[in-house]
Amino acid sequence: MTLADYLFLFGGMGLVTYLPRALPLLYLAHKRLPQWFVDWLGMIPVAILSALIAPILLADPATRSLEFGKPELIVAIPTLLFALKTRSLGGTVLVGMLLYWLAGSVM
Amino acid sequence: MSQTEKKELPGRENRENRREMIRQGAAAAWPICLGYIPIGMAFGVLARQAGLQWWAVGLMSVMVFAGSAQFIAVAMMASGAGAPSIIATTFFVNLRHTLMSSALAVHLSGVSRRFLAVFSYGVTDESFAVNMSRFREGNWDRYRALLVNQLSNATWICATMLGAMAGQFVPPGAFGIDYALTGMFICLLVVQIYGMIHVVTALFAAAISIAWYVAIPGSSYIVGASICGATLGYLFKRAAGRKK
Repeated sequence: MTLADYLFLFGGMGLVTYLPRALPLLYLAHKRLPQWFVDWLGMIPVAILSALIAPILLADPATRSLEFGKPELIVAIPTLLFALKTRSLGGTVLVGMLLYWLAGSVM
Repeated sequence: MSQTEKKELPGRENRENRREMIRQGAAAAWPICLGYIPIGMAFGVLARQAGLQWWAVGLMSVMVFAGSAQFIAVAMMASGAGAPSIIATTFFVNLRHTLMSSALAVHLSGVSRRFLAVFSYGVTDESFAVNMSRFREGNWDRYRALLVNQLSNATWICATMLGAMAGQFVPPGAFGIDYALTGMFICLLVVQIYGMIHVVTALFAAAISIAWYVAIPGSSYIVGASICGATLGYLFKRAAGRKK
């Protein structure tokens, strides 16, 4: 790929990434939001993260079918406990990687 | 930005406050940075293996700055996908950030549009999760939040380029790098949980997400399950409140 190809691709990706981040902020930060909407938005963080994680742990990406007993799921249990206990982002990432690496060499 | 700050805080107090602000912003950002180093390097390694030069990896991190979308884009490039389909996929994968920006708007109401335009660039899953939990605990402001965004961004750019440079020496799958992003998501979820209602919402979202993922191709499951899960959680909370 040439520099121009890269600039076109990354420019397009950048634009479609930036606009969804910017438009709601620019619009909503100058509005008075109704209380029910604020309450609903309060549920968004857990909902997004949970929606992102569930298929990683419980589905096979190749066939898009349910799968229990993936190493990702087994490793997630001690990783989750570590996160609950320490609330440390960096530590959790390292523990997860280490356990996943070990799981890969054992299983 | 520095001018409005001066208006708010005169003289020596201003300097001390600013130092304190930088210290607190950096303290909040460093766990993200620590997590971004393995994830960014993992991305760099994969991008290098997909044929991207180290400078192209840096360029992508500056222009796009979206962890998971960058991973997906590189996988698509490796399988020969064209720019339009990669850009379209990026759009759908990152559509969830509209929800995050909307939630952040509650804490940034009345802030100048110029500041928001700069701030928006750095809204990621990670900076969003950290800033939201700080805003919720109080004693947090837009400058500290912006610092979290930008420090994370700088770390991400450096880590991805470093990974690309080291890429040819790292065997695929080494050191559990494939789990870096998952580990980060797990911890980010944990720090968002304040009480039983959030556990319930997370379970709703997980169940819907997995069903959606299995039933419908593409990445609509992220936004779809987030909206449905949050709505069910919200209704559940209202119903529980009414019973009391």
